[in-house]
Amino acid sequence: MIRKTRSNISQNEQLLFEMSSPGKRGYQLPELDVPAVDAAGALGGENVRDEVTDFPEVSEVETIRHFSRLSTWNYGIDLGMFPLGSCTMKYNPRINEAVARIDGLAWAHPYQPESLSQGVMEIVAVLEGALCEIFGMDAVTLQPAAGAHGEFTGIMMVRSYFEAQGNARKVVLVPDSAHGTNPATAAMAGYQIRNIQSNSQGMVDVGALEASIDDSVAALMITNPNTVGVFEENIAQICAVMHSKGGQVYMDGANMNALVGIARPGDFGVDVMHSNLHKTFSTPHGGGGPGAGAVGVRSHLEPFLPAPRLRKNAEGAWSWDYDRPQSIGPVKAFYGNFGVIVRALAYILAHGGVGLKNATVDALLNANYIRKILEPYYEIAYPAPSMHECVFSDSRQAAKGVKTGDIAKRLIDYGFHPYTVSFPMIVHGALMIEPTETEPKHEIDLFCDALISISQEIDENPELVLKAPHLSRTPRVDEVLAARKPVVRWKKP
Amino acid sequence: MNYPENYRYTKEHEWVSMDGDVGTVGITFHAQSELGDIVYVDMPTPGAAVTAGESLGSVESVKAVSEIYSPVSGEVVEANETLKDAPEKLNDDPHGEAWLVKIRLSDKSQIQDLMDASKYQAYIGE
Amino acid sequence: MLSVCGLDSLEQLYAHLPEETKLNRPLALDPGKSEYEIYDYFKARAAENADGYASFLGAGVYSHYRPVLCDVIASRGEFLTSYTPYQAEMAQGTLTSIFEFQTMICQLTGMEVANASMYDGSTAVPEAAMMAMRITGREHIVVASSVHPEYRQVLGTYARNGRWDIDTFGYDAQSGRLNLAELEAKIGERTACVIVQSPNFFGVVEQIPAAAALAHKHGALLVVVFTEAVSLALLEPPREADIVVGELQSFAISPSYGGPFAGVMATKEKFMRQIPGRLVGETKDANGNRAFCLTLSTREQHIRREKATSNICTNQALIALTATVFLSVYGKEGLRELALQNLSKAHYLSAGLKRKFDGPFFNEFVVECGGKTPEAVNSALLEKQIVGGLPLGRFYPELADCVLLCATEMSKRAEMDLVRGTLEA
Repeated sequence: MIRKTRSNISQNEQLLFEMSSPGKRGYQLPELDVPAVDAAGALGGENVRDEVTDFPEVSEVETIRHFSRLSTWNYGIDLGMFPLGSCTMKYNPRINEAVARIDGLAWAHPYQPESLSQGVMEIVAVLEGALCEIFGMDAVTLQPAAGAHGEFTGIMMVRSYFEAQGNARKVVLVPDSAHGTNPATAAMAGYQIRNIQSNSQGMVDVGALEASIDDSVAALMITNPNTVGVFEENIAQICAVMHSKGGQVYMDGANMNALVGIARPGDFGVDVMHSNLHKTFSTPHGGGGPGAGAVGVRSHLEPFLPAPRLRKNAEGAWSWDYDRPQSIGPVKAFYGNFGVIVRALAYILAHGGVGLKNATVDALLNANYIRKILEPYYEIAYPAPSMHECVFSDSRQAAKGVKTGDIAKRLIDYGFHPYTVSFPMIVHGALMIEPTETEPKHEIDLFCDALISISQEIDENPELVLKAPHLSRTPRVDEVLAARKPVVRWKKP
Repeated sequence: MNYPENYRYTKEHEWVSMDGDVGTVGITFHAQSELGDIVYVDMPTPGAAVTAGESLGSVESVKAVSEIYSPVSGEVVEANETLKDAPEKLNDDPHGEAWLVKIRLSDKSQIQDLMDASKYQAYIGE
Repeated sequence: MLSVCGLDSLEQLYAHLPEETKLNRPLALDPGKSEYEIYDYFKARAAENADGYASFLGAGVYSHYRPVLCDVIASRGEFLTSYTPYQAEMAQGTLTSIFEFQTMICQLTGMEVANASMYDGSTAVPEAAMMAMRITGREHIVVASSVHPEYRQVLGTYARNGRWDIDTFGYDAQSGRLNLAELEAKIGERTACVIVQSPNFFGVVEQIPAAAALAHKHGALLVVVFTEAVSLALLEPPREADIVVGELQSFAISPSYGGPFAGVMATKEKFMRQIPGRLVGETKDANGNRAFCLTLSTREQHIRREKATSNICTNQALIALTATVFLSVYGKEGLRELALQNLSKAHYLSAGLKRKFDGPFFNEFVVECGGKTPEAVNSALLEKQIVGGLPLGRFYPELADCVLLCATEMSKRAEMDLVRGTLEA
């Protein structure tokens, strides 16, 4: 039975371009307090355009209605559980939004004098310090704009580290369970990829790893907990094996929400890692971004961090140090996604050390509870204990002709955003579920009831699931048509 | 499914049909069925040299990319341009209208190493 | 919940972690704070910055008024707390707005395809270079020294690791525009693309058709960069370019000490399959109604892994939405009027000052400080609660006596008079 949703009026809406009428406007600029300049005279006639053809022309009320109506076609954490595995869709506290909009922070220009930037620099420094403590690392950069950008930063540092020793090495090892960003990143940094097969527990096989290492290997990119939600129990040994061959260990910290306060990558041998501030540290995903990718390193990689670095001068004031001869260089203009940094620090300040650990433990509890409730109905991918997420296979349901993607679409009818579908690729037909710590038990129970009910529907009436969703505003969308005949902008008919 | 008797097949699910020293190459019915709805085909331009067992292009579904491995070595003499605008033909008629490329073989004897229709059907378990 | 899990204590949830991996002490962080204390902490930090100062800084980050509607929409939980729209049936709001965004970027830039956003302008530049290398099969980049210096540094970081070559060419000392003769000398048969910025870092409008002709003559692509997006409303778009990348911060994104902003990349239809990042496409739902979904995903890292066009995953969707609302609020006429106000204010500010270059400029220009140092000028302005222009010696030693000044619609006449007075005095 569907308990979370019922039907509701949903408004239709044209595109902005289709509702435009000439001359409509939703703005008013102040009177110009200086003489108006003729554009063609100042810029040269050949440099001035006539108009922006077909650009929208709508009123203020049409603008707010347009985007408000569009927003009602969306689903977000504010409306309910968003159990995307590996994405850590936790509640986004609104105090974070409020403080990021304080004028003195939001209007700080990156080139304003350092003497008038001490507050923003202090915020960056405090977050770097807190993340060093949480990661068990010696230094952290907040310059990268996102997780994949952090990976790129980390692997470039590994390259520079080896180049400083005279040999950049050629190969990066990537387990077959890794996120696609890992191999894509290593390739961008000029490395060849060597895949490592997972063992029957879904973990990196130490034997396979040893067999893959030689002195051409620069690094292993490992995710811990890995993408099946399992803690790599041999992680210390894995790091030792890599180090014995002079290799570096890069940890993808996408799943850091399982570790904060209970284990630290720096303590178990990781040399360099990133963490997504928009996952573990609660900054909003915003429909795909912005994010921020904090990168932590052990001291031997510290000289290679992106320039500039913060330092305190003799008078106790912050300044930016550009004199970093071994730095890989900047990976982004200015100092990072500062607005995201503010939000993440607000989250850490709100929790404190004890609160952060409590959040981690609650995330583990929620995931393990879901696993226990659903195990009678869905095949757990690996018997190893789950951390913050649990991964099932659709094998029982696929035998009846219904796959993970279909179950996901049916969940929409029950009022939930689907879990992560078909990832990791080492699990056939994966259902990857990450509840996070911020889901109340009532919501989790509704979610589990929905998946149990769907498993019964598959027994009784698989067509119902195969053609889902039935109740959403938009029924199944034809992705094949979109790819065969790409239409990626509106054109006047 | 009908796998033409006069075609030769690879373990990577391509077929080749000979006419003189030119082989017409496509993907098998089995391959298109595994891929699902094909949305894009990337093919070499005529004149390109190809080597047996190496990639000569790729076919894409919405969420997967599969390499096409050349069954033979030689020079591409023609690519099936109609697939650019109608990749769905690869799902509808993979053994006929939706051939991919024609290759002038460097050595005609190479096709002897490939499977015949009955061997291929046994290989894919049909 | 514990008993359902068959456990007696919360500690048992992670008891299976090997002992040597566990942190057996509390994190050394302060106890948690209340909302009021957190707000107080950040207000105190904010007060340590240039809050309340007038500013004439531009150089890639511009002070434009942010219409109230932008935050009203971007704060709606349905947008703010949603994820990348992989499940199209539950994300038509995000998908529709991105489709509108892509369309408006095409209209503004004169291109045919725009992606759903990049991290920012600076990272979009190396992404454009890599795209040009994929298209041409060449590995040499020629970039104008008048492209934003920090963008060029980021390009250098990517290039060192990808092991491709970069050559830089200069500007004309009189006009501040491209030195086309030097450009021609640096292009060769290995050149994948030429990268220029317009208006360039000095605020000067460039000769895009001439640069395009030179690049194309040698089989290279032309990449045009912009940092001041408001200029697109008034300037002839770079239609001759093959790839356009830029920064959208000017469209209602707070300066926020340098980020988060949103980059954009646009190109011609023939290069669509080489563009990195997400693309939204139009299609139909099962009832035959118009719907949108992410498309051409096989270009991306989660499918093609090490052969992907880029490793980019997270982008700047919420920032792009904010920009879309901004563009909708201003509309066709408003955006042009906004650009004209910027042009007029900057020309008012420049009157009587000693401009270094005589090329046409939009809302930024380079000024010589005469007998004074830029630092002395800026110190004098700070006493009047004004942050002056950017001293250029840091990036261009030959311009050590110059500052880059910017005026926008928010620059007040009285403050501009003070700046003029200080520089003229």
